[in-house]
Amino acid sequence: MWLNQLWFVLYVVIIGGYVILDGFDLGVGMLSPFVARSDHDRRVLLNSIGPVWDGNEVWLVLGGGALFAAFPFVYASLFSGFYLALMAVLLVLIMRAVAIEFRSKRPGARWRTTWDWFFTISSTGIAFLLGVALGNVLRGVPIDDQGNLNVDFLSLLSPYALMLGVAGVLMLALHGGIFLTMKVQDELLERVERLVPRLMVAFFVAMTVVVAWTLFLPEDFAQNFRDRPWTAVFPAAAFGAVLVAWRAIRAGAYGRAFAASASMIALLMASVAAALYPVMLPASNDPANSLTIYNAASTQETLTVMLVVAVIGMPFVFLYTAGVYYFFRGRVQLDDDSY
Amino acid sequence: MRDVLLDRIQFGLTASFHFIFPPLSLGIGLMLVIFGVQSLRTKDPKWRQLSMFWVRIYGLIFAMGVATGIVMEFEFGTNWSVYSRYVGNVFGSLLAAEGIFAFMLEGGFLGLMLFGGARLGNRLWLFATSMVVVGAHFSAVWIIMANSWMQTPQGYEITQGPNGPMAVMTNFWEVAFTPSFIPRLLHVLVASWMLGAAMVASVSAWYLLKQRHVDVAKTMLRVALPIFCVLSVLQVAVFGAQQATVVAEQQPVKLASMEGLWETRECAPLYLFGWVDTDSETTSGVSIPCMLSVLVGFTPDTQVQGLNEFPADERPNINLVFQVYHAMIDLGMLFVGVSALVAFTAWRRRLYTSTLVLRVLVVNVVLVFAAIIAGWWTAEFGRQPWIVWDQLRTVDAASPNLSTTTVAISLIGFVIVYSVLLVVFFWLLNQKIQAGPPDPQDSEEVESLPDSFGEIFARRPRASSRVG
Repeated sequence: MWLNQLWFVLYVVIIGGYVILDGFDLGVGMLSPFVARSDHDRRVLLNSIGPVWDGNEVWLVLGGGALFAAFPFVYASLFSGFYLALMAVLLVLIMRAVAIEFRSKRPGARWRTTWDWFFTISSTGIAFLLGVALGNVLRGVPIDDQGNLNVDFLSLLSPYALMLGVAGVLMLALHGGIFLTMKVQDELLERVERLVPRLMVAFFVAMTVVVAWTLFLPEDFAQNFRDRPWTAVFPAAAFGAVLVAWRAIRAGAYGRAFAASASMIALLMASVAAALYPVMLPASNDPANSLTIYNAASTQETLTVMLVVAVIGMPFVFLYTAGVYYFFRGRVQLDDDSY
Repeated sequence: MRDVLLDRIQFGLTASFHFIFPPLSLGIGLMLVIFGVQSLRTKDPKWRQLSMFWVRIYGLIFAMGVATGIVMEFEFGTNWSVYSRYVGNVFGSLLAAEGIFAFMLEGGFLGLMLFGGARLGNRLWLFATSMVVVGAHFSAVWIIMANSWMQTPQGYEITQGPNGPMAVMTNFWEVAFTPSFIPRLLHVLVASWMLGAAMVASVSAWYLLKQRHVDVAKTMLRVALPIFCVLSVLQVAVFGAQQATVVAEQQPVKLASMEGLWETRECAPLYLFGWVDTDSETTSGVSIPCMLSVLVGFTPDTQVQGLNEFPADERPNINLVFQVYHAMIDLGMLFVGVSALVAFTAWRRRLYTSTLVLRVLVVNVVLVFAAIIAGWWTAEFGRQPWIVWDQLRTVDAASPNLSTTTVAISLIGFVIVYSVLLVVFFWLLNQKIQAGPPDPQDSEEVESLPDSFGEIFARRPRASSRVG
């Protein structure tokens, strides 16, 4: 059964990896209309994520595959149950890829402005929808004894889930803003530098609301932390990371701020995981129908095979991800190959 | 049980649309590796020029491939939840392995490949390109592996899961190497390389017709055409023909549908084209006598099983399978003809001037693409009514909690979005082709680019060193 636990941890790592990596490039998309004043600015923003955004999105593909393999019952129930919401996610993902690819292919101002809006709206949309999805997973959904969800699209938009959507947008906008402080220069940098502290405050307020709201929900999430006191390390450290990020931003140490912001995202994901564990998808109608890391997992045989795959593959993934980011470090220069 | 027709149309549409891009990235990837090797060997700046040009097209194709590929990864869960629970143990792990081994490799090195022209020397750029191309091929390996398990499943047992029966892996190697896997993989890879070569040849032929970029166009043709000619013959004679043997052994009812063969017989004919009438259980058309028997068992007296040996509810839509299959093999034979024409004209030293041959080459890539899609449809339509061969029926595999209206909404959405996407894709592709290869790089500038890991990690890369 340790395999189930390990795969739960690995799954959180993959999702965390996705949110941290694609998170900053979604953030860049959101901030674009607020900091860019010229076409050159827009292109610099686009090219700050140019060499990496596609690779970042691959983490989402990995997340889908790992969920399918390790917890097929969660994959099947969640994806079929959130059908239209997921279709909306797919739509915005496609829209965004297209916007990035097509924007700079023609000189016309109207052409570019149109795709710029697509880019911003889709980037914001993905972050928002993922936040809403998380809100619904946390609160649980009606699951029948066959594992099928019976939810309609509109009931997913509860006030709590919407609030998580907003917090998600602000978190990734902040993350993207901090990323940009390392990537742009001159006046564009000054505008980003003015915006980031405001984003930090907005995010902090939103996060406080989310935490308070979560603690007052009828589902007693604090219980899990009382049962396993050591897991309280995650939310505590996440709060610490917020403070470190704040100080680093004040001091202009943007590398440190980005590391803090990435850690904060990872720790928040870990906190959510700790609050739910061992449940992956709570049933709001009958706790017996909840999907857990035990009743929704593949067999030990499959989990073992998958572990071998992960042990061989993941070190390479981390190695060349780090290598590529190292290579493209430094501030953006536009050239012939640029978007 | 609900009607699954819309789910099938949606999956077929999104899979076929996605399948425009992976074979192109496999094929053009191979071409890029060849250009890179040549650049390293000869130091002739034209090879880097060609890499720059095709890398831009590759980037466009890759972006489309990722965007439409994520859809595929989600769609098993959204529309086929019963299937997902049934096969998660087996099929899910192959998809996840694809993600870790293949897709991450591609995604990781893609940035270096796309932006390497101005930043990397010959060796490192070739390294990055090779990693992406190897990743693309790994991807094909795992996906064909997963699909082959659906066609010829083994290495599993059926147990009672929490919500009904499910397949559980008993032997990973048997799951990975099902009987149809290697033959199908080779068939798909060869087809994809043909597509890449045909694509490069098409663009070059068009440049020659328009008298643009004549030098590089000739160079591209010299690389692409030999590959296309050799592979087109091998595909028909070896890799395609091998399919008949494997399908006859593993999925006899599929082979009988492909050829519209009703009665089990020796000396079974191979149709060139025809029509299957399922009411009267007859097939009419033009055929080569005994050829199917020869393909299956290498002698005319090989017995081939006919459709009548199988219950009607275990047969696919016979005429549909027959037609798409024949579209594929007829086109396959046509490509051998194109190759012969090309070889003959090249031998007469008129290849670069023959308007007819160049025009044929411009159009050829579209036909290769049509053949690839027709082949994929043959495999998938031919698998019906099963989603997992002989184990789980497609009608029983769909998500029970979706309504027809819900699926109709998403299907309409996909039709609209993908139509727009297709138009914009072709428009952008055309624009890149019209723009042509960039000017050759200054060789001193190329020399100054970092070309070993030591150089990369020892100093700031050029891109950022210019910043004050």
